Amino acid sequence: MISIKNVNKSFGAHHVLTDVSLEVPKSNVVALIGPSGAGKSTLIRTINALEPIDNGEIIVDGISIHDKKTDINKARLNIGFVFQSFNLFPFLTALENVTISPMKVKGLSKEAAEKRGKELLASLGLADKCDAYPSRLSGGQQQRVAIARALAMDPHVMLFDEPTSALDPEMVTEVLDAIRKLAKDGMTMVVVTHEMGFAKEICDEIVFMADGKIVERAAPNKFFTNPDTQRAQDFLSKVLNH
Amino acid sequence: MYMYDWSVITRNMDVFIYGALKTLEISAISILLAIPIGIIFGMGRISKNKFFRLISSIYVEIIRGVPLLVLLIWIFFVLGQFLKLGSYWGSIWGLAIFAGAFIAEIVRAGIQGVPKGQMEAARSLGMSHAKAMTHIILPQAFRRVLPPLASQFIMLIKDSSLISIIGATELTLDAKNLVATSFRSIEVWTFVAVVYFIMTFSLSLIIRYFETRLSKSEA
Repeated sequence: MISIKNVNKSFGAHHVLTDVSLEVPKSNVVALIGPSGAGKSTLIRTINALEPIDNGEIIVDGISIHDKKTDINKARLNIGFVFQSFNLFPFLTALENVTISPMKVKGLSKEAAEKRGKELLASLGLADKCDAYPSRLSGGQQQRVAIARALAMDPHVMLFDEPTSALDPEMVTEVLDAIRKLAKDGMTMVVVTHEMGFAKEICDEIVFMADGKIVERAAPNKFFTNPDTQRAQDFLSKVLNH
Repeated sequence: MYMYDWSVITRNMDVFIYGALKTLEISAISILLAIPIGIIFGMGRISKNKFFRLISSIYVEIIRGVPLLVLLIWIFFVLGQFLKLGSYWGSIWGLAIFAGAFIAEIVRAGIQGVPKGQMEAARSLGMSHAKAMTHIILPQAFRRVLPPLASQFIMLIKDSSLISIIGATELTLDAKNLVATSFRSIEVWTFVAVVYFIMTFSLSLIIRYFETRLSKSEA
């Protein structure tokens, strides 16, 4: 479903991604973990071309994302993206946030878009928040609206860039529950996260990154109990022992 | 000792009313022309197209560096040789070109003030750059530029007094003529100042009203 081949990227002299390759089969959930500055966010942002790459290839759903001949706006319809800082549109209500792109990009009628938007918001426990502006919503509610907004485009793949890092601790669960539900429904997902328990529970594979490289890939149980590399052991001893 | 005679105001009220209405008319037409000019060149200042960006920067920098009075005279005498502008349209275009450069800067700052994540979110939902601009960025920029745009309009009303120099009929020119015939300069100019103040102050009250309404709808 997602195929990343030999991707390199630098910001000036700083090599942020070095020869990164990764396959994510359909309906799999992959967690990208690692210390900050490892290139996790950069990597996930290259998958929908929010970040350009220097060389290599990324194929999502059969479409080469960074090919100049690709209509990137069309390709992005298959790829939902959820940001750490939500990035909701502040001048639109929760429902309008969800319906604007189906209407303006896919040409759905207002009725059809609102019907689907209300269903999505309801399925994420936000049925009573349709008419609320983002500034009136808690962080957890805003992030769930952002998830609904991405799902409204019927993507085949969902990308989450630290979806709970900007949230107060008591709101993390509601967002993780929403992602968990998507995993159960068979959505293909890549999640950059620092929630180790969550990664262990729902992911099919853990991808550990450091210094712009993929250092280790393993099944969650193996990774969290007995990682192969010293780098991963160091990282885990820091994040798990407190 | 100077003997005040305020009856010159009351006797000539029709002249002041006519002049004030002309001032408002010319200012309104100028700002209506200046806003699209400002939007086009404001977007040009941050455009990816090098040529468009260069043209926009040249326009903004030149106009900001030339006094309005000089610009008006230049348009009237120099441009007026090639185009049949007359003092009415010459003044309106002069004011519009002048205010347009300042509005371009207001628009540029308004667009750049919208957080980067808004464009990224819109693009990640499959919107083209143009669609994201139209549906997501510009509506937010609009709210940001409203207060500075309003003060630009108020400035324009005051600046329009300068067009009397090229003979366009408005409040200041009417007042000059009245002083020439009545020799009542203290009374006339005091009253003219009051009329300008009434026009600009009521305008800022109206704008303040709309701003509060707009911020309420978003909260």
